[in-house]
Amino acid sequence: MSHLFRGLMPVCRKEFLHIVRDPGTLVFALLLPMLQLLLFGFAVDTNIRQIPTVVFDESQTQDSRRLLESFASSDVFQLKSYVTSKEEMYESIRAGKVRVGIRIPADYARHLQDGTQATVLVLVDGSDSNVAGQAISTSTGVTLRQSLLRILPDGKMPIEVRPSVLYNPATRSANFFVPGLIAILLQVMTILLIALSVVRERERGTLDQLNMTPVAPLGLMTGKMIPYGVLAFLELCAILLVMRLVFQVPIHGNTLLLLALSLPFLLTVLGLGLLISTKARSQAEAFQLAMGTVLPSVFLSGYIFLIENMAPIFKAISRIIPATYYIRILRGIILRGAGLKELWADAAILTVMGCAAILLAARQFVRERTH
Amino acid sequence: MTAAITAEHLTIRFGALTAVNDVSLQVNKGEIFGFLGPNGSGKTTIIKALCGLLAPTEGGGTILGMDIRRDAAQIKRHVGYMSQKFGLYEDLTVAENIAFYAGVYGIHGAEAQQRKQEVLELTGIESYMNRRAGQLSGGWKQRLALACAIIHSPQVVFLDEPTAGIDPVARRALWDLLFRLSGQGVTFFVTTHYMDEAERCGRVGYIYLSKLVALGTVAELQRFPDANPAGTTRLQIKIANPSSVLEAVRQIKGVREATIFGSFIHALVDTDRIAALQSQLPEAGVETILPSLEDIFVTLTYKIMEASQ
Repeated sequence: MSHLFRGLMPVCRKEFLHIVRDPGTLVFALLLPMLQLLLFGFAVDTNIRQIPTVVFDESQTQDSRRLLESFASSDVFQLKSYVTSKEEMYESIRAGKVRVGIRIPADYARHLQDGTQATVLVLVDGSDSNVAGQAISTSTGVTLRQSLLRILPDGKMPIEVRPSVLYNPATRSANFFVPGLIAILLQVMTILLIALSVVRERERGTLDQLNMTPVAPLGLMTGKMIPYGVLAFLELCAILLVMRLVFQVPIHGNTLLLLALSLPFLLTVLGLGLLISTKARSQAEAFQLAMGTVLPSVFLSGYIFLIENMAPIFKAISRIIPATYYIRILRGIILRGAGLKELWADAAILTVMGCAAILLAARQFVRERTH
Repeated sequence: MTAAITAEHLTIRFGALTAVNDVSLQVNKGEIFGFLGPNGSGKTTIIKALCGLLAPTEGGGTILGMDIRRDAAQIKRHVGYMSQKFGLYEDLTVAENIAFYAGVYGIHGAEAQQRKQEVLELTGIESYMNRRAGQLSGGWKQRLALACAIIHSPQVVFLDEPTAGIDPVARRALWDLLFRLSGQGVTFFVTTHYMDEAERCGRVGYIYLSKLVALGTVAELQRFPDANPAGTTRLQIKIANPSSVLEAVRQIKGVREATIFGSFIHALVDTDRIAALQSQLPEAGVETILPSLEDIFVTLTYKIMEASQ
């Protein structure tokens, strides 16, 4: 067994020395994810509020003003400007100054008094489908409520919905996005650090030298994984601290379990980094390959889009993306207080993936050696 | 004399490419063997095969009696290797580089301390112990690389172009070191492009287009038939302003090769045309010489190029 890992200790020691000797890289590696966390954590807010709206009120009555008030009080619309012609209304939407236009026709109040049907035009800029969807559903709700209030004599609704949101009661998007972001940031940093450390050795010829020594491929690889794994783990702790203190995202589950179940993910991304290092001939190439793992991990891991809504092919792809499982672990523990009982399978899959990546990389190292 | 390194009909192919073609050689214990040949001729591949990194396609070899196919793991512990790139970690200090390679070869504790002290004294690098390897000059880097390559007291050391880009003083210092170690019984297998270095070696081999085309001591090679084609003589022509007449000499009938050596022209000439040559260059002093290593390799290379055309 020991000869399989020959050279582990000296490589590990040396790698720690490299890290200490190059504080620039160290700071860059640790600080950059933190900055990105702060940047994206604050920037990403999927809750749609205060959509800029233009109003063309031809009615100019108490009735029309009451309707507009209920639009404004929904918090979804921000009545930004008032215009006096249809053309002006279209123009401000086209110019991108507003995303919604509300036109109340001159006969609005008269129809209401007559008991005949009054119409209100809501123009929606469909270029952002989320905004458009929110605008349509809210405007429908607002007018429906106004209609019912007119019909019902005492203003009491027959059915009242009382939504109660579990786990993230304020539906703050930071709570949902920051845990996922942890997976992405940790992945990029770890893959890059370890892949570059191997490629640097290849570029400088020290890898050739090591191949002539009794160092075993697994010894070399584990010797590199330990220092960069420790570094990534420290970064994870720092990120969790920022999440807790800056974004005020509570961890509902067991923090120690979260740290423990992060290890299989670190194993996997370290393995991926090594695999990339066997393919990359230069540092630039390693950088590109590492960045190539980002987009699938962002879009197909459930970080942004629900996996349940994906086409079967993308669903299948999501299953081979490590971030999918780690995001499940992160959200499970942080948001829902899930335990090992619910998450062991995800951790097991990550462990298997990690071992597979490492063995594949080891095979590549042996091949490279013998050519 | 016992053999430290042997290769028997060693052939290595990568797919359709034959990198090493039927090479047989033997290097004796304590010998310094010089290995020459153009870039891409298969020198490094042979070293890799002899170190057990590459399984030969055909043939085989031994290092200190160990089979390069079967005992690869054993061989690595008894062989030192130093490449042109030196394999040093530039951000680590001299002491840390040496300590790393000691660890890699599984040398620990008191033994490691003792070996470190020995290689430091041998290479004279002790005063730079705490300097980063990247801050050393080329010559000192090379000595550090040698210190790392011999930390495990190997009996056989492969040096792959160890003196490329090093100043002459440092080169001589390295060769002095090699001679000292070879005096202690260490065998060296050195590849180089420098003819003067090759001439220091006990024996030399010349590889061209994957084939070993010459093997022996310098004196043996000077009498090598292929290097002295029948009916030709090597001449040293003493003439004023040799560079201006070189082209003219090359045009003279019977002159096969001509090149400048300092203030002389060295030429390979058909023996029956010497008198004619002398009459065409009346002011020149002509004497017969033995070929230099460079002469030999150039002649051999031309011969193979002609044969393959």
